[in-house]
Amino acid sequence: MQYSNEMKIIFPNKSSNEGFARVAVAAFAAQLDLTVEEMSDIKTAVSEAVTNAIVHGYENLKGYITVECKILDNTIEITVNDSGHGIADVEKARQPLYTSRPELERSGMGFTVMETFMDEVSVTSALGVGTTVTMKKRISPKE
Amino acid sequence: MKLEKTGGILIVRLDGELDHHYATKIREAVDGAVMVGDVRKIIFDFTGVGFMDSSGIGTLMGRYKLMQTLGGSVGVFGISPRLDKLLSMSGIKKIISIYNSEKEAVGGVS
Ligand SMILES: Nc1ncnc2c1ncn2[C@@H]1O[C@H](COP(=O)(O)OP(=O)(O)O)[C@@H](O)[C@H]1O
Ligand SMILES: [Mg+2]
Repeated sequence: MQYSNEMKIIFPNKSSNEGFARVAVAAFAAQLDLTVEEMSDIKTAVSEAVTNAIVHGYENLKGYITVECKILDNTIEITVNDSGHGIADVEKARQPLYTSRPELERSGMGFTVMETFMDEVSVTSALGVGTTVTMKKRISPKE
Repeated sequence: MKLEKTGGILIVRLDGELDHHYATKIREAVDGAVMVGDVRKIIFDFTGVGFMDSSGIGTLMGRYKLMQTLGGSVGVFGISPRLDKLLSMSGIKKIISIYNSEKEAVGGVS
């Protein structure tokens, strides 16, 4: 597929990088003509996926997170990958309010937030291999 | 973040971006202040919060549980329409009070 633009960033699983990932993706996405609302949607979804990679994916491991963004026509596709623990049951994990870590004060709303703010969310995961979350958002044409 | 305690009410003035990174700091600071004693109600001032993800929901839920064990309550004010949308998704608005102003929050009218 011929993307009109793309970027990739790789960073270690430090929680201070959650903010970095949001800002980096927002700066890249700004080449599309986004409303403030659309920009917030993207930042929130990225924050959820990257936080999951840090909190659940790597938990007490050390590793790198890759965030890729691709623009094709009016769609932005964002992929967040970790090489961490993986998810045993993706369907269960995606249910609203499900969290495997209530003691860490996770709300279980991360996937629901991604699904609400993006048009498509797909998850591929394997235990001991890692997790990849791919999210797509179509940007509405502006006058 | 600024904490102000007056007459059993702890006001927590949040600023910046409420993500998982900031949430762990809020938890530490607020629970520390509550453990010192004499807090009946925690009020979060969201006026300065420009961004929030689901970590904010977890933080409020956690403080609600803490105050429940102590027989107290949690309230918030300064919620933007976007934050309101996030809070509505989780059902947390059923257990904590959302106020229109600081005055209302401190006065306890919901
Ligand atoms: N990158 C990941 N690696 C491993 N497990 C994950 C990952 N992302 C999500 N999960 C699992 O899916 C569950 C639900 O995720 P989410 O909806 O974001 O809720 P929360 O993060 O609040 O627990 C998590 O509790 C965790 O068990
Ligand atoms: Mg999450």
